[in-house]
Amino acid sequence: MLLIPCPICGIRPEAEFTYAGEAHIARPAEPASLDDHAWGEFLYARTNPKGDHAERWRHTHGCGRFFNAVRNTHTDRFITSYLAGTARPHGTPSAASPDAPAMRNDTEQWGQA
Amino acid sequence: MKHFSAARLLREAVRGQSGWTEHWRSPDRPAPAYDAVIVGAGGHGLATAYYLAKQHGITRVAVLEKGWLGGGNTGRNTTIIRSNYLMAESAALYDHAVKLWEGLSRELNYNVMFSPRGVMMLAHTVHDVQVAKRHVYANQLAGIDNDWLSPAQAQAYCPPLRLDAGMRYPVLGAALQRRGGTARHDAVAWGYARAASALGVDIVQNCEVTGIRRDASGAICGVDTTRGAVSARRVGVVAAGHTSVVMAQAGVRMPIESYPLQALVSEPVKPCFPCVVMSNTIHAYISQSDKGELVIGAGTDAYTSYSQQGGLHIATHTLDAICELFPQFRRMRMLRNWGGIVDVTPDRSPIIGKTPVPGLYVNCGWGTGGFKATPGSGHVFAHTMAHDAPHPINAPFALDRFRTGQLIDEAAAAAVAH
Amino acid sequence: MSLRFSFDGRSYLGEPGDTLASALLANGVRLLGRSFKYHRPRGLLAAGSEEPNALVEVDRGYGARTPNLRATQVEVYDGLVARSQNRFPSLGFDLQAVNDLAAPLLSAGFYYKTFMAPRGAWAKLYEPLIRRAAGLGRAPDVADPDHYASRYAHCDVLVIGSGPAGLAAAVAASAGGARVILCDEQPRFGGSLLADRSARIDGLAAPDWVAAQVGVLASRPEVTLLTRTTAFGWYPDNMVGLAQRLTDHLPEPDPTLPRERLWQVRAKQVVIAAGAIERPLVFPGNDRPGVMLADAARTFAVRYNAAPGQRAVIATTSDTAYRAALDLQACGVEVALIADARLRADGPLPAAARAAGIRVETGMRVLATRGRRGIRVAIMGRIDLDGRVRNREWVRCSLLGMSGGWTPSLHLFSQSRGELRFDPASETFLPGASAAAERSAGSCRGVHGLDDALADGAMAGSAAAHDSGFDAALPAPCHVEGAAQAGWTSPVPARRKQRRAFVDFQNDVTSKDLLLATQEGFHSIEHVKRYTTTGMATDQGKTSNMNALSIVAAELGRPVPAVGLTTFRPPYTPVTFGTLAGYSRGVLFDPVRTTPVHGWAAAHKAVFEDVGLWKRARYFPRGDEDMHQAVARECRTVRSAVGLFDASTLGKIEIIGADAAEFMNRMYVNAWTKLAPGRCRYGLMLGENGFLMDDGVAGRLAPDRFHVTTTTGGAPRVLAQMEDYLQTEWPELQVWLTSVTEQWAVLAVQGPRARDVLAPLVDGMDIEAAAMPHMSVAVGSIVGVPMRLFRVSFTGELGFEVNVPAGHAQAVWEAVHARVEALGGCVYGTEAMHVLRAEKGYIIVGQESDGTATLGDLGLGWAIAKAKRDFVGKRSLDRADMTAVGRRQLVGLLTADPACVLDEGAQLTEAAAAPVGTRSLGHVTSSYGEATLGHSIALAMLADGRARLGETVYAQRPEGAMPVRVVDPVFLDPKGVRLNA
Repeated sequence: MLLIPCPICGIRPEAEFTYAGEAHIARPAEPASLDDHAWGEFLYARTNPKGDHAERWRHTHGCGRFFNAVRNTHTDRFITSYLAGTARPHGTPSAASPDAPAMRNDTEQWGQA
Repeated sequence: MKHFSAARLLREAVRGQSGWTEHWRSPDRPAPAYDAVIVGAGGHGLATAYYLAKQHGITRVAVLEKGWLGGGNTGRNTTIIRSNYLMAESAALYDHAVKLWEGLSRELNYNVMFSPRGVMMLAHTVHDVQVAKRHVYANQLAGIDNDWLSPAQAQAYCPPLRLDAGMRYPVLGAALQRRGGTARHDAVAWGYARAASALGVDIVQNCEVTGIRRDASGAICGVDTTRGAVSARRVGVVAAGHTSVVMAQAGVRMPIESYPLQALVSEPVKPCFPCVVMSNTIHAYISQSDKGELVIGAGTDAYTSYSQQGGLHIATHTLDAICELFPQFRRMRMLRNWGGIVDVTPDRSPIIGKTPVPGLYVNCGWGTGGFKATPGSGHVFAHTMAHDAPHPINAPFALDRFRTGQLIDEAAAAAVAH
Repeated sequence: MSLRFSFDGRSYLGEPGDTLASALLANGVRLLGRSFKYHRPRGLLAAGSEEPNALVEVDRGYGARTPNLRATQVEVYDGLVARSQNRFPSLGFDLQAVNDLAAPLLSAGFYYKTFMAPRGAWAKLYEPLIRRAAGLGRAPDVADPDHYASRYAHCDVLVIGSGPAGLAAAVAASAGGARVILCDEQPRFGGSLLADRSARIDGLAAPDWVAAQVGVLASRPEVTLLTRTTAFGWYPDNMVGLAQRLTDHLPEPDPTLPRERLWQVRAKQVVIAAGAIERPLVFPGNDRPGVMLADAARTFAVRYNAAPGQRAVIATTSDTAYRAALDLQACGVEVALIADARLRADGPLPAAARAAGIRVETGMRVLATRGRRGIRVAIMGRIDLDGRVRNREWVRCSLLGMSGGWTPSLHLFSQSRGELRFDPASETFLPGASAAAERSAGSCRGVHGLDDALADGAMAGSAAAHDSGFDAALPAPCHVEGAAQAGWTSPVPARRKQRRAFVDFQNDVTSKDLLLATQEGFHSIEHVKRYTTTGMATDQGKTSNMNALSIVAAELGRPVPAVGLTTFRPPYTPVTFGTLAGYSRGVLFDPVRTTPVHGWAAAHKAVFEDVGLWKRARYFPRGDEDMHQAVARECRTVRSAVGLFDASTLGKIEIIGADAAEFMNRMYVNAWTKLAPGRCRYGLMLGENGFLMDDGVAGRLAPDRFHVTTTTGGAPRVLAQMEDYLQTEWPELQVWLTSVTEQWAVLAVQGPRARDVLAPLVDGMDIEAAAMPHMSVAVGSIVGVPMRLFRVSFTGELGFEVNVPAGHAQAVWEAVHARVEALGGCVYGTEAMHVLRAEKGYIIVGQESDGTATLGDLGLGWAIAKAKRDFVGKRSLDRADMTAVGRRQLVGLLTADPACVLDEGAQLTEAAAAPVGTRSLGHVTSSYGEATLGHSIALAMLADGRARLGETVYAQRPEGAMPVRVVDPVFLDPKGVRLNA
């Protein structure tokens, strides 16, 4: 059972958390503008590196917050964790993909039904 | 390759075993060029090489293995074989494999100990019953044996099964595939290695692929390894657990995540368990090996990892489930507990076929249940590599389905793993 | 006080502190077991948990029978009943010993080379025979009557092993107040000190010094002392699993005590003081009873006062065996000869042996042994460089003590992912760089000799305390006198060509088997292990792995590290399943969720079904009704009068905030902006992959407040998906989500008289159709209890869902139930609910849909708000396959025989005849017998179903195909007259 550093609550055992996959795969701002290939990549393609991996966890049985963490998938050691919506901290080695842009903050694009 | 037989065993017994030779050649390094390179000498990769040589006449084949052959999931799994999948595409694929299993020992002249002792999948809730019966009827229509058993019939087939109404999840029935069973995992790798080697295939162990080479047109032209470069126009990646890592060398991002999967065995005891029993609701499966060990497995750990080391809570939860189903086994003891790495796809079905890179083929994503497919997987993947086009059986399992949405979602459809 | 016990039906006496092994040895019993493959007679090899041979069954007589226990670990108590295993008819005369004669046929991996013909013969003929021959003990066959406990613990320093290094570590680590846990697999602390008859530490005899140290530890409040406790596995982030045995050693255990306890210890620092295991020598006949590890023989004699033989030969390649010889001699055993395979032996111990008058020969080995069921003669000799035997000599003996050096126990260190380092001098692996917060101390890291081990342990303990944040002055070094000063000498390789020299005793793997494996191309040690099964027995190679590795490395002409070392897997020694499962059994296996009216339902004879963790009332039989009769009555009552149903398991989420409607717009396919407060809508939620994920009615209580319901099973998944998008994709939205599933109990009142039931109870609220039309919601009270009243229907009837705080549910339920009964209604369960909704063509997510169904497939495409630019899953709907021709669509089915009830899951085909390979057109998703419509009904997912309305297809059944007419899935009141009443 891993010990996981929740950026809000501190270190807690894995049983309190839910894993939520690779981090920094932001939902496209305009899904309709993506072709099938790009949308398929968004839905399904994952870096899945052997090494440092930026990933999402939710402290389900704690503060309830989703957050990001960098963990080495070979040793299962956590290197850092940080709040959702913030960029991967500098200095944490990136396995493959460059840091994703920070969260969008535009609500106007949403059509009103 | 000298033929294995009882007569030969007898002859060698008399002459002090001096006539046995190596099961496969172990070249120190790969040749500079091959017609096809297989990355990964697990069961699927070795089977692919064997069928390339045997059925397609492509014998200039190298199987490159980072560690020792059969040392990945082939040598770590709980060896369950069945084909009673719900989706027609899956059932066809796995039944293709079961048919090959049935003749495999003789085909390879290596006793892989395929033992069709029956695979029984328990239903504990009304919903389980609905799902199980849907499987049974779909399988029967497709000509795949699968029978619905009442609780009493299930117990008659598997006497250790407990039908106590006081159980947290009582047994409401079971689906039984009599042709399903187990096989000896190491023998599968060794048998394919021996047969492939005899046909001219080079199996190079301790030889890690460090790069995948593409020519100016973008097509595959070879691989770099820790034991030298190899040129080849066809490269098949069959590196379960590490598919994403290998495919990244060709610049292909895969719809795959790698999870730890644990299994365990008990100390060996005299025969006490006649078949394979799986329970999806309770999350466990169990059989007894020829040696007498209870072989037990469950689902994956919750997070992606290449550590091959899962949490104790996963093993204990698995044993909770086994002890709940079979309380007589509480006094049995866990002898060995280990982990492997499984590639999991979004629809829990494998990917077998071409990739966006010409000459690069991939066979992966078998999740927790790839062993059962070994012969069929190798057979259709060899066809795909030989013809640069999929066999009809693996055509639906193309990488492209994640673009079109034509998923083969066994998991979502049936919530049955393994 | 002597203890009476039995072995194979014969009664013996033992002494307190005895193990079964020592007690049998003291009684002159040398034959304790039979080997796995050849059924060779076997005695004790070792004195501890590494014992491969002496496996027994212990039977407590009340269904508590345990196979495969090591006699060296079974503590003798008064009344102990033990039996040997894997022999027939008796241990002394075992028919399967005939295997030994066939040994040349049963060489390594023989089974891979035969039993292949004819096809199918393996499974039918050979495998059953092999299975019967294999296996060790008998599995228990009745439910285990004992129970098990489990506990989590945190500590600063966990010390594993209580030999000199471990004890010193624990004392040093706890001196400054650190929380220390000391565990040892044996019943007493002290390890090798318990068998030390010469050393004096700080002026005390070794066992007395141990007692003093344990006293010090016991006086420290932060120290936890655990004997009979094996640290069996290392898990991520310094979690160590301990298995503690609590009652197996007691003659009549209190039945309330757990038999064993699992500890999951999270330690800041760990000191591994696991010791070392002596290595056997590999020579022909090295498995004969009476041949044992030299230090085991010494331990039996010194610690247990059990003479392992009368006349001993000691064969060794290391100095420690001289100590064994000296101690055996001191205990009254005649030591005939020490044969040291090394050419020189001139350390202090060999000198002492010579001084004690023991004959010492160097360059001498064991060539063979003789004796039926026990050694009588050791054939000794010297071997020339050219391989010729010289000085052959027969030495009469009843004990042959052997020592091939010591193998440090690296299991836990290796599991902690520490790097192993090969030490060529001692031909052992030692701990290299650590990967976890641990340190090894004492002989498990190659530090031997009592004073060195004590100092090493103290240093490790004090450093561990320091690293976990405590002051830790290094204690003054112990003053040690009289300890055996062991030289540490390189093992001498076994001879290459020899007959039947055993490497893995339990699995009967000989050096010849290993050579055969290398001859056959198995060059990785993992391959050799799997091909020969060496190291795969219940001792997991504790005494065999290093010998196997040396033999293979020598044969391949490679250094040992190049051949590799097999992975150390947990557990260190086998751990009881029950211990790992702990409390998790029966109702504690999975929590049971019940609704606030569960007790009422149980009292009214409800039959329950499991739905996820919930227990739901499936039907309420009256008199001797069966399920079908009860369900039909419940359905008719709802259609004709009124029914009351407990819908409390529905998931409920309250969505609050200025952006609540916007959030709903994004999460659901429906349009929410214009939904007026007081109105409800049937919401459909997709996954981002475009497939239906969940459904449920959402009521708008206020512009900024929605009360959303989910399916019973889907509630956690839906809330998690909502939280995910809200927190990570749209954190700017002013929305708060609260699960209120447990807070609101839900009473569904359905039927033509539903309004009449509620009207007098709702404290003056207007619930007439004008005020409360179908799909509306109002806040009020019922019998004085606050209420959210939904006018919704999952039956097709006029219906209400009364939401009340869970604590008041029983009272409200009883009040409503009284009205229902008064108006000729009844309670109904989930089965009737399923029938009623199916008659109306309402789907159940997970039954009609299965994770591969789109809204279009289910005929629910109308719900999608086309004007919305985006919602979760929208983009996926445009993918080619989502709108392809031939997708399976929801339809109703009417069987040609109206009494026929199709099986759910039945397959649909074009024609009645369905030869193997016939394409399935779809399957029956729901099917119910006649309830209120005069005929059975079914729902199905059928390829291009909506285009087939009116056609006949065939449902395949074991008893023959049934023609079915494809109809609209709404069987009842398609215009909704009843619904809107």
